[in-house]
Parts: sequence; C-alpha cells; structure tokens
Amino acid sequence: MSAAAATQATLTSQEYIKHHLTNLTVGEGFWSWNLDSLGWAVFLGLVFLTIFRSVAKKATPGVPGKLQCAVEMVVEFVDDSVKGTFHGKNALIAPLALTIFVWILLMNMMDWVPVDLLPWLISLATGMDMADIYMKPVPTADPSITFALAGGVFFLIIYYSIKVKGVGGFMKELYSQPFGHWSLYPVNFLLEIVTLLARPLALSLRLFGNLYAGELIFLLIATLGLYQLPVHFIWAAFHLLVIPLQAFIFMMLTIVYLSLAHEDH
Amino acid sequence: MNINATIIGQLIAFVVFVIFCMKFVWPPIMAAIEARQATIADGLAASDRAAKDLELAQEKATTQLKEAKVQAASIVDAAKKLEAKIVEEAAGKAQAEKERILASGHTEIETERNRAKEELRQQVAVLAVVGAEKILERSIDAAVHSDILDKLVAEL
Repeated sequence: MSAAAATQATLTSQEYIKHHLTNLTVGEGFWSWNLDSLGWAVFLGLVFLTIFRSVAKKATPGVPGKLQCAVEMVVEFVDDSVKGTFHGKNALIAPLALTIFVWILLMNMMDWVPVDLLPWLISLATGMDMADIYMKPVPTADPSITFALAGGVFFLIIYYSIKVKGVGGFMKELYSQPFGHWSLYPVNFLLEIVTLLARPLALSLRLFGNLYAGELIFLLIATLGLYQLPVHFIWAAFHLLVIPLQAFIFMMLTIVYLSLAHEDH
Repeated sequence: MNINATIIGQLIAFVVFVIFCMKFVWPPIMAAIEARQATIADGLAASDRAAKDLELAQEKATTQLKEAKVQAASIVDAAKKLEAKIVEEAAGKAQAEKERILASGHTEIETERNRAKEELRQQVAVLAVVGAEKILERSIDAAVHSDILDKLVAEL
C-alpha cells in the first residue's frame, strides 16, 4: 500500500481504483479471457480438491487426524444443510454443494489479500512498473465467474426439472400457476419465466455485488494514506461475516433451487 | 463489469471440479464418516449391553451371596448340633465307663474283704483252737470237735 503510494503518486484516486478494477485480459471482445480471475479461480479450486482429495484417499473410519477432522466438519456441515432441505435421492447435490461452498469461500477469501500486495510482488519478481500490472485477484468480484457458477446451477435446475417432471410437466408448471384459469396462462408464463430467470441472475449478482463492493471499499480505503490501516482492519474484520455468509447463501440457494426442481406439483 | 469468454472457462472448471468432487472426494469421506458412525453406534450399544450385563451379574452375585450366607449359617447350625451330640455322647460314655470302673472296683474290694474275712476267720479258728488247747491244756481232736469249731467260726 505504501509502495503503491510511492509508485502511483502521480495517479489520482480515481485512476488508482480504476486500475485495480481492471482485469488482466487477453483476447478481443467477447473472446477475451480474464487470466487473473480464471487463474485464481482454477488455482483455488485445485487447492480445495487437492486438500479434500488427500483426506479422502487416507480417510479412515478409525481415529481421524486433525486435517481429516477439519475436512469432515465441512463435509458434515454441507451434508446437514443438504439433508435439511433436499429430501430426494441425488448423488450430485451434496458434492455440488460442497464444491460450491468451499470453492466460493476460498475465492471470497482472496478479498483479504491486500490490494497492492500481489502487484507489488509481481513487480519485484519481474521488474515491471506497477502501473502496467493488472491483477484483480478476487474471482468472485468478476461477473463472468459468478455468472458461470450460477449458469451451471441454472442448467441443473432445468435438467432436473425436465428429468423429474418430463418436458410436458415442466412446461405445464411454467404456465399453469400461480393462477388456475386458462385465460391467465400467458400471465402465468410471464411470471414463471421471470421467476426462473431471476434465480441464476440473483444468485450470481448477489455474490458478485457483495465481493465487488467489498473490493471497491478496500480500494477506497487504500487511498486514505496513513489512516487506512485501522480502517482496513475494520473492513477486513467485517469480511469475516461477508465471506462465509456469501458462500453459504450461494450453496443454500443452490440446494433450495434444486430441491424445488425435484418437487412435483 | 464485462461478460467475456472467462465465463466459458469458469463453467468448464466448475463442471470438472464438481464431477471430480462427486467421484473422488465425497464418497470416500462420506464412507469414512458413516463407517465411524456405525462403529460408534455399535460401541454405544455394546456399552449399554455391558452395563445391563453388569447389573444382572451384580444382582446374581448378591443373591448368590445371600444364599451362601444362609447355607453357611445352616452348616454352622448343623455343626453345632453335631458337636453338642458328640459331646453328650462322649459324656454319657465316660459316665458309663466311670460307673463300670467304680462297680468293678467295689466288687473287687468286696471280694478282697470277703477273702480277708475268710482268712481272718480261719486264723481266728486256729487261734481259738490253739487258745483252747492252751486253756484246756489238752489236745482237742480237731476232727472230733470240728463241728464246735465250725459253729464258732460261723459265729465270728
């Protein structure tokens, strides 16, 4: 942060924030890739899978080690959440919920990394000027990432709705409620389509909005000069709530939506 | 805030991660947890059973102890009775023996006395005859006067 002040003394606050909210991107138009978001997302997903897979390989029904205990706590927490909401039989939902919860938790936790730490380290390693380094390390503050997650969930909602109720049943559900009369079917259809589409949209925008705002406030605080340290601490402490809560909400809503998809009206 | 191809990459990563988690992470961990739950449930049931068994065993031990006490008391009683009987019998036998010995002693004494009396009588008879001879200064035919002597002896 102080390093930033030194190298970016010429930048205005606005330019500083804008710089930090720009992704490291390759490609043109739609076919551009946010290497930082995607790279961190994949890396954190691999961290999650590596830890959990190493425990799964050595998992013993006897006395568990400390890491196994920790992993089992997370697994049981997710399992309880799934069992409390979803009452059908589905081998996908619980691992899906686990992946979503831990992965999003890890991605959200990138919000705690000081905003200038990674660019500073990169400039130390490569000798590049920090003004040329673009690094936005919180994947969940990138709408492409959250839309992809919500899109996957949306696809599963459609898939299970059709699988459980059939194409006809799913379509019927779209136009036959909430109003029973045939003359209101178009109204029903409009309402249901909005409801259906609002789910992934709300899911992704809620996560993105929270983390983007969190990052933005961190950047604003970073422009305060010397007084930023206690304020950073307070805002980071506040994220002790936001980070797990957003991961939990995303997981919980995924379970709820999928359990609704399994319900036959 | 722009949607770009990142969404495709992230979607692929999401699918791959979820499938990997579903195949290689969730089942072994869940299996371990469930196996442990079963073990713990078995252990608890076993401890319950053991507690019940212990209770039963304690009850059994208590009743057996009571029975043993009663039995011991009866054995002691019987032994006491037997003892008393043996002592009594021994006392009876000793008494009888004593009486027998006393009786035989008496008899012996009696016989001895009678024999001594008889001897004395004989000697008195002889002395009497000798005395009479001396007194009469003549010989008395013992055979002729034996009837008188016998009478004298009988009178002594």
